[in-house]
Amino acid sequence: MVPYIIRRLLIAIPVLFGVTIVNFIIINMAPGNPVDMYVDPNTSQELLNLRKEQLGLNDPLWVQFFHWLGNLVQGNLGYSFSTYEPVSKVILERIGPTFQLTFLALIIGLIIALPIGIMSAVKQYSKIDYLATGTSFFGISIPHFFLGLGLIYIFAVQLQWLPAGGMSTLGSEDDFFDKIKHLILPVMVLAVGIAGQYVRYVRASLLEVLGQDYLRTARAKGLKEIVITNKHALKNALIPIITIIGLEIPFLLGGAVITEQVFQWPGMGQLTIQSIMSRDYPTLMALNLLTAFMVLFANLFTDILYSFVDPRIKYK
Amino acid sequence: MPMLETGIKNEVEIPPISNTELGKEETPLQLIVKRFMKHRLAVAGSIFMLFIILVAIFAPWIAPKEPFQVYDEFSAPPSAEHWLGTDQVGRDLFTRLIYASRVSMVVGLGAVLIYSIIGTIVGAVSGYFGGWVDIVLMRLTDVFMSFPSLMLILVVVSILGPNLLNIIWILGLLGWPSVARLVRGSVLSLKHVDFVKSGVVLGLSTPRILFQHILPNAIAPILVQATFGIAAAIIVEASLSFLGMGVQPPTASWGNMLTDAQSLTVLTSQPWLWVPPGIMIVLVVLAINFIGDGLRDALDPKTLK
Repeated sequence: MVPYIIRRLLIAIPVLFGVTIVNFIIINMAPGNPVDMYVDPNTSQELLNLRKEQLGLNDPLWVQFFHWLGNLVQGNLGYSFSTYEPVSKVILERIGPTFQLTFLALIIGLIIALPIGIMSAVKQYSKIDYLATGTSFFGISIPHFFLGLGLIYIFAVQLQWLPAGGMSTLGSEDDFFDKIKHLILPVMVLAVGIAGQYVRYVRASLLEVLGQDYLRTARAKGLKEIVITNKHALKNALIPIITIIGLEIPFLLGGAVITEQVFQWPGMGQLTIQSIMSRDYPTLMALNLLTAFMVLFANLFTDILYSFVDPRIKYK
Repeated sequence: MPMLETGIKNEVEIPPISNTELGKEETPLQLIVKRFMKHRLAVAGSIFMLFIILVAIFAPWIAPKEPFQVYDEFSAPPSAEHWLGTDQVGRDLFTRLIYASRVSMVVGLGAVLIYSIIGTIVGAVSGYFGGWVDIVLMRLTDVFMSFPSLMLILVVVSILGPNLLNIIWILGLLGWPSVARLVRGSVLSLKHVDFVKSGVVLGLSTPRILFQHILPNAIAPILVQATFGIAAAIIVEASLSFLGMGVQPPTASWGNMLTDAQSLTVLTSQPWLWVPPGIMIVLVVLAINFIGDGLRDALDPKTLK
């Protein structure tokens, strides 16, 4: 187990390095440079060149890269172009709201998806199955922004039950119910997509397991159908689902970009859009890196978790 | 995967001649079509998509007005003159809805074509040659898979400039890793099959073995993946255009037709502006996803008998 983890960590190092290179190249394709943005237009050209020299912007690109990488390793992500605060501070403030939103959506999405997916697989090709298939595809196919706008139109504008956006009402930031009210609509938007996807996964995974020999044995023993599905089949069917969840958590964070924008939710997704609009490249670079690291970490974590849940898997 | 070999080998071992010899024996293609027809949602999706593609091609003949023409009344509700009303500038919405189908089709097909080709080549080379080539290419794939797609796409679009062509290229150049992994898996399992080995013994050139003997047998999963990919690309384009980071007005895209609905006045008092394009996106994406599901069932070698 431990050698396996060490080997996986060693493989992750070149990938991590590659991620930083790709990130650096992409941001460097951007027109202009930080000096042009900082100083006022009356500064003389000589002074600008001097400042560029000091900041190392005249160095070859690979020198700049290692300079930047050195700072990164020391935890220095640079300063935001728009607020002049350290990037790490700007991002840290945004992580909490995004995590609240996505994890709540994931849990609710799974709670909806599990029973529907199970029913859909057990009663394959029945009316329930067709209904579940149709609805789940609907959940996958509706874009977040359209669903979000539709929900705002119905629940915030017409019925006026729920707020149209933001994280809390001004003045009642500590009110728990106020927070919940603000969470409902954006969580619903994300949960619909997640539920749609996982109904498909659960159904496919369970169907695969239901055809296996050990379940025929269970049936031959005279076990009740409900015991067979829920106790014997489900355990094995859920293992691949765990992997998919693990692999998708980081992508959920990216997927919340649109939802956060529609609902003015002050998370990392909204920060991404704001940074793009203000051409705040240090913040964008850090956001991209952070999410890429989370993907890598999630991959590793899922692989390790997998070996705990499935005793058939042995790592050497 | 082992099932994949047996199922697909049939396709190779039964040349069309057997059809004439045995009379009523079905060819694999006939079987696939028959199984696809059983998936009613997929058939409905295909008919709908055929309709949309025709609309996209013949947009100038179908549309009642000109897409960029500005009329006297702006933000007008639906009427006999303007079937879906006019937008905030005074352009006919029904006409723009028709023209916008072109954007979605071009982005969906273009982006997926680009990344399917790149992914197939990378995956085939990686799986067939193995060794350090495989290691390098797969780590590269890992690198590109590490970035959450929408965030990376947004950043790259903002740097290169938002327009139709850039979006197709960016989606195409960033989407290949999943196809590459898929193809690599198929190639790995196919390269030890007898007909490939006999090709090697016969002294056929490597590209010929790879592209004429292995890849045709790995096409099924690529096709399914590509179909779902088209649906995903259409959603991404719509989302980008909605955010103002995609296709720019005056060119109409279903996504940018919804941009104005971010303001509460449009959202509340002019639903004809944003509901129709939203419904079009849902219908088209749904139809393509159904087709993908039908193709997956029809091409699944496990049930191909």
